Amino acid sequence: MEAIEKIKEMALQSVPGAQIEIINSTPAAQQPALLVDRDHIYGVGKFFKEDPRFQMDFCSCVTGVDYLPKGDKPGFIEVVYHLYSIAQKHGPIVLKVRASRELDQCRVPSLTPLWRGCEFQEREAYDLFGVKFDDHPDLRRILMWEEFTEHPMRKDYVPPPDYEWEPTPHDDTLQRAAQAQGIMPPSAQEELGKAKKK
Amino acid sequence: MIQPLAEEKGYSLTPGSEGLIETQTLEVSIGPQHPSTHGVFRMDCVLDGETVVQLKPVMGYLHRNHEQLAERMAWLGSMPYTDRLDYFNSMTNNWAYALSVEKLAGIKVPERAEYIRVIVSELSRLQNHSSVIGFMLQDLGAWGTPLLYAFREREKILDLFEAVSGSRMMCNYMRFGGVRVDFDDKMLAMAREITGKFPKFLDEFEKLLTNNEVLLGRCQKVGILPKELAINASISGPMARASGVEYDIRKVDKYGVYGRFDFRVPVGEVGDVYDRYMVRVLEMRESIKILQQALHDIPVGPHIAPEVKLRNFKIPAGDGYGRIEAPKGELGFYLVSDESGKTPYRYHVRPPSLINLTILEDMCLGHKVADVVIILGSVDIVLGEVDR
Repeated sequence: MEAIEKIKEMALQSVPGAQIEIINSTPAAQQPALLVDRDHIYGVGKFFKEDPRFQMDFCSCVTGVDYLPKGDKPGFIEVVYHLYSIAQKHGPIVLKVRASRELDQCRVPSLTPLWRGCEFQEREAYDLFGVKFDDHPDLRRILMWEEFTEHPMRKDYVPPPDYEWEPTPHDDTLQRAAQAQGIMPPSAQEELGKAKKK
Repeated sequence: MIQPLAEEKGYSLTPGSEGLIETQTLEVSIGPQHPSTHGVFRMDCVLDGETVVQLKPVMGYLHRNHEQLAERMAWLGSMPYTDRLDYFNSMTNNWAYALSVEKLAGIKVPERAEYIRVIVSELSRLQNHSSVIGFMLQDLGAWGTPLLYAFREREKILDLFEAVSGSRMMCNYMRFGGVRVDFDDKMLAMAREITGKFPKFLDEFEKLLTNNEVLLGRCQKVGILPKELAINASISGPMARASGVEYDIRKVDKYGVYGRFDFRVPVGEVGDVYDRYMVRVLEMRESIKILQQALHDIPVGPHIAPEVKLRNFKIPAGDGYGRIEAPKGELGFYLVSDESGKTPYRYHVRPPSLINLTILEDMCLGHKVADVVIILGSVDIVLGEVDR
């Protein structure tokens, strides 16, 4: 396949108005990615799928990455697509698209209409990162249960405290258990009182 | 309620029943405690009589957020944990992860280690495919016998894995830049013996199954997956090849030393359950060919790259994706390293089992409930990998 700069030029020619930026991988991996803006990711994906020079008919891997804000740089959620071609046996072309970390603005266009293989993987990205994929046919949680409200793969996710009730009177454990459960049974209060007096 | 749903799915009701009898569809939940779902997996089916008109796979019962756990430890720390993804093939899981990390860090693996990796992975493929066929026959109603025939052979391979890694299933065998323990002559002799005797078992297995009338009747033209859909839905591994997709990552990427071996890629024509069975049998025969060549050519030398540090192992900032042809399909790891480089900033597993389930509904529509069980059996899923 051609060098990444040339691929970028080709994509720019056929999808006018797209903003594409090259992002390098680790020096050894040699898998530079194309960062495409949200409005043109579908068009660029379609170009790579249908252009006879690429024929990227196989969308192998879809995932999200959460980047926290650093200094004055805002954080973002990046969705990464790895495209391969089965017809021409080459690849990968890596497409990246960024969305805001704010839950209500965290939206990108879905590529499931292009590659059916994105269906479950985009559902997973929605489930674990909270990215809403517009035009996804069936955007539901896939691994977590329906009633779950948060998105556990985000870097700022705090798991709920689940200290189990421990009857042995260690005051530290008792306090944490009481805090976690929002209750403090009378026996625990007595134990805590005794511990404090000592 | 059924009528619009059935029309939408392009499926016609029993002729003559329209308007005469009031029919109702039935919603049945197959699983998560049903033995035929191969673990804690659920299929929400809508049935018209015995025929499936809608089917939604439901997973996540075994979800433990493997990816987040891996992001909290050092790079090597999650190597034993990859064993638990597809617990039938811990060797290939290890290899996929090691290969991805080596790709990111630019580590060169010594030749002997590459050959050892090929040997253990192909043995892993043999035991996976034979067991899967056994399980599929179990789903067909052949209780026990084919599965135990397969397990008898699997035991021999697991004995070798135990001798070499100390564990039968959770091998934790590979390290960045090589493998943990070298194969000594005794182990190589064991591997040669297994390879030598396996074709005989396969002949016996095939004699019992391949032209079996019940197997042919139940599997042919059931659960057909067209080639275009298989590619579009990112189906990989034996399932894609049964549908006629000639794509094997061992041939395409030539990772490790696969470029040196002479083997063919079996491809199906129809894409039904029988083709998936047949492709697996043929793949085992090709694996034996690879094993014979690898065991013949294995060079002497170090089994792990000496320059790779076990402690304080770091990777420069950036990302990368590595993939191998695991027995179930394309197993890939997408890894991101940040400035500190000590732990993965992002660690994503591309599980073949989960993605191969994307088209489960398409394959099952219009078939009977009993066929759903064997279609799922032919997909070959392991829930440790689906749910992660």
